[in-house]
Amino acid sequence: MRSGLARGAALGGVLVAWALVTYGNRWLGITNPVLLPTPGDVIAAAVDGLRDGSLLRHGAISLLRVLEGFGLAAGAALALGLLAGLCTSLRLALEPVLEFVRPIPPLAFLPMFLVWFGLGEASKVAFIGYTTFFPMFVAIAASVLRVDVMLLRAAASLGASRVALIWRVVVPAALPGIIVGLRLGFGLALFVIVGAEFMGADAGLGHLIMEGRTFFQPAQIVLGALILGLLGSLVNALLLAVERSLLRWQASA
Amino acid sequence: MGAPKIEIRGVDKEFKVEGRPALALAGIDLEVAEHEFVCLLGPSGCGKSTLLNIVAGFLQPSAGEVQVDGRPVTGPGADRGVVFQEYVLFPWLTVAGNVEFGPRLGSVAAGERRRIAARYLELVGLGAHADKFPIQLSGGMKQRVAIARALANNPAVILMDEPFGALDAQTREVLQDELSRIQRVEHKTILFVTHSIREAVYLADRVVVMTSAPGRIKEVFDIALPTPRDRFAAEFTRVESEITRVVKEEVAKVHE
Amino acid sequence: MRGPAVPRRRALTVRLASMAAFLALWSVAAGIVEIGKLFNPIFLPGPWVVIGKIVGLGVDGQLWTHVGATLQRVALGFTSGAVLALLLGLAAGHVRAVRNLVEPVVELLRPIPPLAMLPLFIVWVGIGESSKVGFITYATFFPMFLTTVHAVSQIDPRLLLAARSLGARPRQVFFLVILPAALPEILTGIRLGVALSFFVIVISEFIAAEAGLGYLINDGRNFFLVAQMLGAAVLLGLFGYLGNEMVGWLERRLLRWQRV
Repeated sequence: MRSGLARGAALGGVLVAWALVTYGNRWLGITNPVLLPTPGDVIAAAVDGLRDGSLLRHGAISLLRVLEGFGLAAGAALALGLLAGLCTSLRLALEPVLEFVRPIPPLAFLPMFLVWFGLGEASKVAFIGYTTFFPMFVAIAASVLRVDVMLLRAAASLGASRVALIWRVVVPAALPGIIVGLRLGFGLALFVIVGAEFMGADAGLGHLIMEGRTFFQPAQIVLGALILGLLGSLVNALLLAVERSLLRWQASA
Repeated sequence: MGAPKIEIRGVDKEFKVEGRPALALAGIDLEVAEHEFVCLLGPSGCGKSTLLNIVAGFLQPSAGEVQVDGRPVTGPGADRGVVFQEYVLFPWLTVAGNVEFGPRLGSVAAGERRRIAARYLELVGLGAHADKFPIQLSGGMKQRVAIARALANNPAVILMDEPFGALDAQTREVLQDELSRIQRVEHKTILFVTHSIREAVYLADRVVVMTSAPGRIKEVFDIALPTPRDRFAAEFTRVESEITRVVKEEVAKVHE
Repeated sequence: MRGPAVPRRRALTVRLASMAAFLALWSVAAGIVEIGKLFNPIFLPGPWVVIGKIVGLGVDGQLWTHVGATLQRVALGFTSGAVLALLLGLAAGHVRAVRNLVEPVVELLRPIPPLAMLPLFIVWVGIGESSKVGFITYATFFPMFLTTVHAVSQIDPRLLLAARSLGARPRQVFFLVILPAALPEILTGIRLGVALSFFVIVISEFIAAEAGLGYLINDGRNFFLVAQMLGAAVLLGLFGYLGNEMVGWLERRLLRWQRV
């Protein structure tokens, strides 16, 4: 509770500082006031966006792309990750691809996705899917690999069949790591969607932010950024809550 | 007999446990003379470690005061060397580096530092391991480095908090023998916390038995046995039994 | 995806074998596209086409301009970010007052994807070098700052007590105990920072640059020069990998005590 209050106070402090700097700039005329949008400017932009529904539309579109891309990648990562964790030959087979792709920043492939899939939704979804698949796959496979062998021995000594071992021991034991991997993947998706929407998009929060640059409206940029931050925090909090409820058996850190 | 090396006067210590005050120590009066080896002995929760931490300066007493060499204790300092149960060596320094740490702080020249470290490492039997890192050492070896580190800094007193508690039984006895031998060479003033009666009788000149919480001094035993001590001698066993009887009274209270 | 620790030489040969296997797979895939006329092969050039394109650019000198531009931005941006993060991080980890001042700002800005701020940098500073370098500094600052603060706060307090019982004064405690004890985690943060630098340089070179590997990639869009795009991307990956190895080397030098 105390930390929540301290947090709120800290946040308030930042807002006050922001207001002071920007309104101060406006009053003292240090630089072009457009460059340093005040909280009032941002709120005005927000109100405009809400009124004509554009803000919600852009937000929804970005979220949808993220969900679709992430969903596809998560499904694939779960299936392949589980298999790769259990089956050494599959893991060895996939490793070269991983090693090759891993050091390359995913955003480097964005233009290629635009070339391959055109400028529509498919390219964004595919790109998000590509970006989030590999880290999630690696994390999930690693969790499966890390399952304590002793647990398996104990279950086998209690008569568990191979199938039972997988579903009743490996999966529950690997679940914490799997969920963390999924959460990180989602975070990554939110991280890159902005960039993906800078180019070859005519909707979405990233596009909104880019527009702010094109039309010299920093207030719009700040608005877009704040919305993204808010969205990210909310989703992350949600995922953490899900994680906690699913993993109640884990000792609290 | 000169002035006492460590003077503990009327020390109380109160902690807040879930909002309510809990008295860990009550009215501790104790003097440790120079060159004396004193053991604090008692059941869990009797406050012996708390008392040691107060003398070390890691905790402040709620009442009373502690003086070392006539100066009041206000915080940790080089005059009170500490040997922890978990060794607490600096993992990024070699064995020699760890032992040289205190002298280095006191701006002792490099050559002199090496000499000092070599001497104390020889004393604890680790001369050949000076360039190893703590990660390469066993528990017993790590504790010996910790002892050498404390000794090399030449503190007025050495405080030891169950230093052999994390070791297996055999290593523990070996290190007790080592410490006994070292003390016969160095004659330091040592305040030693343990819950092992055997260990206390083996090492100490005086054994201070403490009560269960709130900790008070129940009884003080003078151990008049010659050193090095024989754990199987009749006298040893007699003293051990006597102290055991007293301690058992207190242990029974904890489990009530 | 690591099992038990693999000795370094063996790991390297495994890696090279993986590469070779991957290249083989890729060639086969590209070959199938070409022969089976699945789609215009320009969309999936085989590895040799890509290599050829890159070598071509290298030979006529264009490549080096772009490589230089990217590496320069990364080096400057990362270094600034790291220095700032270390100084502020160490101060904040150690001194409560600094922490209280800096932490709220960081907490506010952290959930916002740094990429969202890129256009703001461009509006403020234009499309010159400073916006790209400044942006990398901004993006890499946060994770490195946070790991540094965490590293300092995670130190076993008994190490500090042990040092003080040996007579260490506060300054000595900071330089002789806190810094070495926090170093492993700080270096992990540095590693993250390097990776992040390469991660974000691409997008800024897409939208606001005339040179650089990212520019090369985006430029390829105009004429479907996928070979060029792939080649530049792979080069980026290579440099990112090298950067990571450099940090690894630093870790091995400075943290010998951890794994002797």
